[in-house]
Amino acid sequence: MNADTQSQRWHTIVTTVENKPGVLARVAGLFSRRGYNIHSLAVAPTDDERLSRITFTVDVEGSSLDQVVKQLNKLINVVEIRELDPADSVERELILVTVSAGAAHRHELLQVIDDWRAFVLSENAQQIMLSLSARPARLDEFEECLRPFGIAELQRTGRVALPLLD
Amino acid sequence: MSNQQMSGGEALVKALEHEGVDVMFGLPGGAILPVYDPIIESSIRHVLVRHEQGAGHMAEGYAHATGRPGVAMVTSGPAATNMVTPLCDAFLDSVPMVCITGQVPYAAIGTDAFQECDTTGITMAVTKHNFLVSDAQDIPRIVHEAFHIATTGRPGPVLIDIPKDIVDPSNPRSAMTWYETTDADMELPGYHPVTEGDPELIREAAEMIRDAERPVLYVGGGVLKARAAEALMELAEMLQIPVVTTLMARGAFPDRHELCLGMPGMHGNYTAVTAIQKSDLLVSLGARFDDRVTGKLDGFAPDAKIIHVDIDPAELGKVRQYNVGIQGDCRRVIEALIVATRELGGMEVHTDRNAWRSTVSGWQENFPLVYEQSAPGEKLKPQYVIEELRDHNPADTIVCSGVGQHQMYASQWWKFDHPYTFINSGGLGTMGFSIPAAIGAKAGMPDRRVWAIDGDGCFQMTAQELVTSTVEEIPIKVALLNNSYLGMVRQWQEMFYDKRYSEVHLSDRVPDYVKWAESMGCEAIRVESPEEVAPAIARANEINDRSVVVEFRTDAAENVFPMVAAGKTNSEIQVHPSQQGQLS
Repeated sequence: MNADTQSQRWHTIVTTVENKPGVLARVAGLFSRRGYNIHSLAVAPTDDERLSRITFTVDVEGSSLDQVVKQLNKLINVVEIRELDPADSVERELILVTVSAGAAHRHELLQVIDDWRAFVLSENAQQIMLSLSARPARLDEFEECLRPFGIAELQRTGRVALPLLD
Repeated sequence: MSNQQMSGGEALVKALEHEGVDVMFGLPGGAILPVYDPIIESSIRHVLVRHEQGAGHMAEGYAHATGRPGVAMVTSGPAATNMVTPLCDAFLDSVPMVCITGQVPYAAIGTDAFQECDTTGITMAVTKHNFLVSDAQDIPRIVHEAFHIATTGRPGPVLIDIPKDIVDPSNPRSAMTWYETTDADMELPGYHPVTEGDPELIREAAEMIRDAERPVLYVGGGVLKARAAEALMELAEMLQIPVVTTLMARGAFPDRHELCLGMPGMHGNYTAVTAIQKSDLLVSLGARFDDRVTGKLDGFAPDAKIIHVDIDPAELGKVRQYNVGIQGDCRRVIEALIVATRELGGMEVHTDRNAWRSTVSGWQENFPLVYEQSAPGEKLKPQYVIEELRDHNPADTIVCSGVGQHQMYASQWWKFDHPYTFINSGGLGTMGFSIPAAIGAKAGMPDRRVWAIDGDGCFQMTAQELVTSTVEEIPIKVALLNNSYLGMVRQWQEMFYDKRYSEVHLSDRVPDYVKWAESMGCEAIRVESPEEVAPAIARANEINDRSVVVEFRTDAAENVFPMVAAGKTNSEIQVHPSQQGQLS
């Protein structure tokens, strides 16, 4: 799936919520109850410790993004909601991946790592663990480059996003 | 008095008193015990129910009848799960309600302790909001927030789950210093309901109404919640536009008014359904385009532009796209519409609607609600019973119904001329709603006559609350339409399942409703023939010191008409068989 169709189908919603127990369950429960599918999710406190930020990527194919936002707004603990248009915002996601790196292909892999400016977090004779933060679409490409080497384990975070500066 | 030291349990009761609670409905148990101790000294009247679901529906009935939030209090675990149905009922019908549940001590949460359940988790989907209290000091503020959330914006149920240790005076965690809470103390940064409609949109709406040839005012429960019946009357009379009142809005506009077309929807009357269907402008006031009103959505009011007024912005465009969507309190928006109409030049500049009015009158003349009276020796017609009840009770009688055929007959055949006189379960369709709701309504409005119109299926779900009515001296009257069937299901099986009746026949023999009612302390009367109906109602109305159950043995073969079958458009409405020849 290319970046264009992805941006149409998946919308990024950034919610500021009260940093209280159970708020994530309320928000996540609302999505399933109202029939929406969360594609990715990232949650962490903001600089104001009373508030957390939850960044969702939502699959809204065939349903109304407007309704998701309105229903979220009805949750008492949701303070603010912003929909981010990919054209006016930056999105980042982090990948941690362990790749096979036996002697035969190790040199080749190190070249890929260098090209992508990924970080080596851990390594032994058989495997290398990498991290890279980038736009989600770039991470898809990175994953594809690594796949021929053999991916032992892979974990991506949900995406986080902020609006571009004017 | 501020700065007084007390336990969380005392603070909870004091906070309820502070909110003006005069009656609450509940049943004690282990985890909520410490809160029941200060109840003994409280000014609040506590009504002890026989099943927690009853407490919830009583709180709803109280809220429907009085406009004040209903309060229910029960213990943890099974009591809380028994409360899920009333909470969901109140959630779907936007009933202001505050429910307090006990919880196992804070440290025991998550250990599968005795009578532990995840009450806030379970009720998250059926409450407007819920709280798990973790600090006794928060109790006055949380109670105030709960009442604020329950009663403002789109009203709804709010639950407060309170662990035992923070209300138990023998536990140090329950120690707190009392403080009185005002709105300024609330910590609700994400809750700001909008009540004023946007003036530009209101002007746009007034222009659309001015230019409409075939408008209809589609009035929903939001008008009652906003206490907007008077404003609606002024608007309708000024505009001279016909009004339909949904199941949740019966009485918001008087049935006997010449502009009133009655109830729309699956069992609405022909004129209400058809006027909407043929309209060029629907002015939806506090209604939500429920599937029971719209029928098959893509065939609903195909030529109508939509003005949609609702306090909940999520309702605007949820089901049917609007032309003008106004977020706001119905009363304020209606008042603003009246002003805007005058400012645009009043009625003189309005499109002539005489043709529309006469078309509508023609439908009313040709397709009134009808039924065939029973022949001598046959069982009673349920419609006849409702007509007799209507004619032998004051117009301000509060009618509470359960769910099913009897509910539709009650809505169709009673004349609701006053707001807050019809209380029923619309959204959730909760069988067994009527008896506890009637008790709650009577507790809130002791000077009014309250009739529960119930079916035999419903009666068997919550009849034990008649014991509550006897012991607590809250006398209600029950018209039990006993046809020995789950009547509405039977009707669907007759019409859509080839008369293959599956599990709908209850019993012709048992229970003996007269003996059962008597055993619960009620006066009981059985009525089997038409000439007995009026005398039985008269006798029931003379008895005011205890509840009365009048069992009417009704005809199981009777079906509710008109009917828009599920999945059909409103244009495919089926009228009473005797009127079918008149459909063009």
